[in-house]
Amino acid sequence: MGKKRRLGLGVTARREMKGYLFVLPWTVGFLIFFAYPIVQSFIYSISNVRITAKARIVKPVGFDNFVHIFTKDIYFVERLRVFFINTAFSLPVILVFSLMIAMLINQKIRLKGFFRTLFFLPIIVVSGPVLDRLIAEGATTIPMIQQYGVYDIINEVVPYFLREPISYLFSQLILILWYSGVPILIYLAGLQKIDNNLYEAALIDGASSWVVFWKITLPALKSIILVNAIYTLVFLGTSEINVVIILIKANMLNPNTGFGIASAMAWSYSVGLMLVMGIIYLIAGREKPAVKTERKSVKKPARAKKALAVRG
Amino acid sequence: MNKTKKLFIGTRSKSGVIFLAFVYTMLISLGFIYLYPILHMFVTSFMSLNDLLDDSVKWIPTHISLDNYKQAIEVMKFRDKIGSTLILAIIPSLCQTAVSAITGYGFARYRFKGKSILMVLVLLTFVIPPHVMMVPRYLMFTDYKMIGSMGVLLYPALLGQGINSAIFILIFTQFFKQTPVSLDESARVDGAGDLRVFLTIAIPLAVPAFIVSILFSFVWYWNETYFSSLFLGSSNIGNQRTITTILMELMQFEDSYKKYIQQVAGSWGAGGSVESIANEAIRMAGTMICILPLLLVYFLLQRYFVESIERTGITGE
Repeated sequence: MGKKRRLGLGVTARREMKGYLFVLPWTVGFLIFFAYPIVQSFIYSISNVRITAKARIVKPVGFDNFVHIFTKDIYFVERLRVFFINTAFSLPVILVFSLMIAMLINQKIRLKGFFRTLFFLPIIVVSGPVLDRLIAEGATTIPMIQQYGVYDIINEVVPYFLREPISYLFSQLILILWYSGVPILIYLAGLQKIDNNLYEAALIDGASSWVVFWKITLPALKSIILVNAIYTLVFLGTSEINVVIILIKANMLNPNTGFGIASAMAWSYSVGLMLVMGIIYLIAGREKPAVKTERKSVKKPARAKKALAVRG
Repeated sequence: MNKTKKLFIGTRSKSGVIFLAFVYTMLISLGFIYLYPILHMFVTSFMSLNDLLDDSVKWIPTHISLDNYKQAIEVMKFRDKIGSTLILAIIPSLCQTAVSAITGYGFARYRFKGKSILMVLVLLTFVIPPHVMMVPRYLMFTDYKMIGSMGVLLYPALLGQGINSAIFILIFTQFFKQTPVSLDESARVDGAGDLRVFLTIAIPLAVPAFIVSILFSFVWYWNETYFSSLFLGSSNIGNQRTITTILMELMQFEDSYKKYIQQVAGSWGAGGSVESIANEAIRMAGTMICILPLLLVYFLLQRYFVESIERTGITGE
């Protein structure tokens, strides 16, 4: 029986097996270090976990932990709120800034290598302890901002509920800009993939560079913007100076709250992050199916050609 | 007429002066803002106490004092820690890169059932923050008595669950997809097995991806303290075995500094009356020491760093 099958599917089945072999280590790792812990973590989040000298007592308590962190814990909700609001403000800044830098570096300029080196430098510097030091030192803000009384203006002009995030934005401006290291890289790679013929065609048609940006560059970068937004969100969410994750760890090591509470916090936080990712995905969107363009091409062939070309 | 035209937009091949001036001004000013914290750190780390107190000294220290560095090296026990820090950064990076390459090759070159599901799971490991897994992983490591040993970093890396492994897997997948299959096929016709094709054909072609992966892994492992301080046992008291890296030393710089000062003062017999708070210059020197090796690696390899990223096609996903 087995022999017959081998004869029948021989080549493909064996090739398939080899494929599995290649991804086997990862799969094992996924099961041990991802799937199992995530299930376990969920169990902890709905239990009271106590560590005694001899054993670990896991007692299910339903959703008490979640009720606790959302109603009794004075820090958690507040920090979640601060994190998500600050992220909502800094994420667009990072995305726009990194696109700007990427487009500047992508020009035909001298010292290109120098500028690239310079703008990727923060990638290697952004670690928790180093950033902590720099923030404590007040080195992550632009000194001019304080001198020219930007905060006073913010306090006067900006409505109350926006005041906090906007002053955060200014006070940590450099820090936020530093998060654009990898996004710049990704944009650059994307920019270089855009077909140069498109630009030339647009120039011949007399399009200004402003129009070229909106009609060619931006649409071509659409999926890359999505990638960058997700990447940046994950990066901000797991950054070591993020107040939420500091709280999670503090709770984990605190004998009064313990592993149950910490797991519940981690879960709530992750669900929050996933929701934000979902929102980003909806906003930035997937490319619309190509079918639509094709249908157009039947009706108006001349226009459709352009539309297709834009898509690259 | 020609000159004015040149001034403004130039031709398609050559940009105009105004435009170029704009680009350079933007790049230089943004670059300065960007580098400001590092410059500040660098300059401050050389300042003596007098310079720090003197308001007129802002950017250029009156004389370059290396005392801060000497003290910071002592405080952070640099000589003891550098070895373990390097090992803890290099070995997991190499393992992670190797596994990511193997996995990526599997995804790129083979067809098997459930491949797309596995790919989605890879993405999932990137998207779900690792903090969810922190508690169970900690308990798992405790059960196997691995807290405070290198295994806590090594095993996840070896099984493709290191820091941001998912990114590297995606990079390798993308990269191997771009390399021509015909090379593989011709090798296969010549009688090479799958493993041999991978080792002798695929890997040499994927050098840029390897460079990116090793560099980024190294940087991320070097910089990681949140999990490693937990798993290596330095953030909770009562572990017999602990490993601290230089970055973790930076986290507890103030405490170590106090101890250090007491130690030094103790030998003079002048107890607690000594000023035991590290001044900015010393703290900045400590910070500089932490990033110096990274800066070194970066400046030596930045050409590969940047170029190979462009060649790996990260954006394909």
